[in-house]
Amino acid sequence: MTTPLIQLRDIHKTFGSNPVLNGINLDIYRGEITTIIGKSGGGKSVLLKHIIGLLEPDSGEILLDGQPLSAMKKCDRKSLKQKFSYMFQGNALFDSLNVYENVALPLKEKTSLPDREIRKRVGEKMAQLDIAGIGDRYPAEISGGMKKRVALARALVTNPEIILFDEPTTGLDPIRKNAVHGMISDYQKKFGFTGVVVSHEIPDIFYISQRIAMLNNGRIIFEGSPDEIQQAQVPEIQNFIYGMENRRSVFNGSGHQTYVEQRFNQEKLRLCDHNITFSLIIFTLENFSEITEHADHMAGQTVLTNLTERIRHHINITDSCSRCGLNKIALLLSNTDIEQARAFCQHLSKEIKGNDLLDIKPYPGFCFSIRAGFAQATRECSLEALMEKAESTSNPFYTFNIF
Amino acid sequence: MTILSGGKILVAALGRQTLAPIRNLGKLGTFFFWGLVNIFTLPFQFYKVIEQVCFIGAKSVFVITLTGAFTGMVLGLQGYYALTKFGSEGMLGSAVALSLIREMGPVLTAVMVIGRAGSAMAAEIGIMRISEQIDALETMSIDPVRFLVSPRIAAAVISFPLLTALFDVIGIIGGYLTGSMLLGINSGVYFARVESSVLMKDVTGGFIKAVVFALVVVAICCFKGFYTHLSKEGFGSKGVSLSTTSAVVISCVLVLVTDYVLTSILL
Repeated sequence: MTTPLIQLRDIHKTFGSNPVLNGINLDIYRGEITTIIGKSGGGKSVLLKHIIGLLEPDSGEILLDGQPLSAMKKCDRKSLKQKFSYMFQGNALFDSLNVYENVALPLKEKTSLPDREIRKRVGEKMAQLDIAGIGDRYPAEISGGMKKRVALARALVTNPEIILFDEPTTGLDPIRKNAVHGMISDYQKKFGFTGVVVSHEIPDIFYISQRIAMLNNGRIIFEGSPDEIQQAQVPEIQNFIYGMENRRSVFNGSGHQTYVEQRFNQEKLRLCDHNITFSLIIFTLENFSEITEHADHMAGQTVLTNLTERIRHHINITDSCSRCGLNKIALLLSNTDIEQARAFCQHLSKEIKGNDLLDIKPYPGFCFSIRAGFAQATRECSLEALMEKAESTSNPFYTFNIF
Repeated sequence: MTILSGGKILVAALGRQTLAPIRNLGKLGTFFFWGLVNIFTLPFQFYKVIEQVCFIGAKSVFVITLTGAFTGMVLGLQGYYALTKFGSEGMLGSAVALSLIREMGPVLTAVMVIGRAGSAMAAEIGIMRISEQIDALETMSIDPVRFLVSPRIAAAVISFPLLTALFDVIGIIGGYLTGSMLLGINSGVYFARVESSVLMKDVTGGFIKAVVFALVVVAICCFKGFYTHLSKEGFGSKGVSLSTTSAVVISCVLVLVTDYVLTSILL
């Protein structure tokens, strides 16, 4: 078996009294893109900074090509560092230099290339990243997306062997995000560099990565291929991947209606062609804004996210459960009539525990109530009509009170 | 808590309080040493040094001219009234020239440059630190001390003596303006006294002070900016403002302390 290019062995790091890395073990293989996923503030950037040597671990060992970094001489480490490139989460552009000077800086400082060659290389990279016309502008004069691409150009301009990307696409529009992902992937294939990416772009990042590692509570809880992580039956991993989708839906305000729509259309075809019935249940969290106002700005979201996850544990693979509005969840039950849907809901109400839906300590007087409405699809009805019908028959489903 | 364990905690706290400044002093020493050494390592950072000479030196000319002129004029006025009491107002040229060249020129130049360029150095490097620009340099395997500090040290060593010389000349002219043109001392006597009383030793001493002040000011201001993130008093922009303030205060105090030490050696 090939030796990993970078090996992290039992890395611990604590800031003050806050342990961030609790025994990280991770292998990064040569010529592959390894993506580290995990919750925000979970230590992913700290992990990357350990790899490049900006931070030293409290304990543990980082091995490069089998050689421990701590045992290397300072000059060896310095020459080794030249193989690395790092793209910072906050871009870290030099604000007193213009865009061209920012991109050209590593070439000017660390190579003896003539100015003409530097100009050519920088021009190429800037053109590839669609920032060709802004060479004379300063970082303060360009947009966040442009800054991201300037930082990416600076990371790629030296054609390094190992590139560490700290959230390379955060803040970019979907088209440019895909372009950046495509570029990382293309460059990796072309030059064969080893990439370590910290990203939240699920599932897009799965398409360009050969390996995925998930960081949770300061440990790597999964390491494997994108296919393996998607099939992993570890609740934390599933919750994280689905959780990402849920959060995204909440903030764009549209929910996963597109997905519900897709499933609805598929089920409707089955209903029309094979007379296989299906039902829709709409769960509504009634006092959503009250919870948000009195408890915590994320409390309402937490209740809905946790409820979605609980429901998902009880449904079949052909069913779908997604957020469909700020305080609503749509559950589409395949091969189910309205009575079966009601029975399923009764069963569900017995299984759910109010405390499980909360991540906060509820205050006295805290309560929330969820209503559920049912509708069975007909051949003629649209999704909107079915949802309206379900909501109009809404009845109390679950109430949770703290006295 | 027993008295014994309370005592241990007290001793430990005392030890920490004593060791922290020693550790910082060591860090400052290393920082300054590498800053100095990297001036002479190849390739020379010629354009960066010129850029900094322009910032520290050329852009300070106006403020130094103004300060020098008024300092000389005040010395002329004060000197005249003090010397007339002894009937020796003819010595005004010597009094103004010697006090400017030996003391006031180097010290006031250093203080003015601390206010204009030293604070800017601390703030600029501090902001680079908190916005990860210094980390970015490290990831590109560019030595941040060489890149940021060495050109500033070299530029300060070039600029401070030149600014001091300018301060001295303008100050002497300022003294002449009040002493001769306002209070009627013969101009030939004024300049003859300047010429006869100022020795090469005085000029050299003034320049030595200027060079030492340059090293002290740049070392403190760059060091404070460079390690802004380690400050326990404040983080982010507040940390930068505190670093800048302490850089200015410490530099000013150290300039005066160094001045005393150098004067006692050079006399």
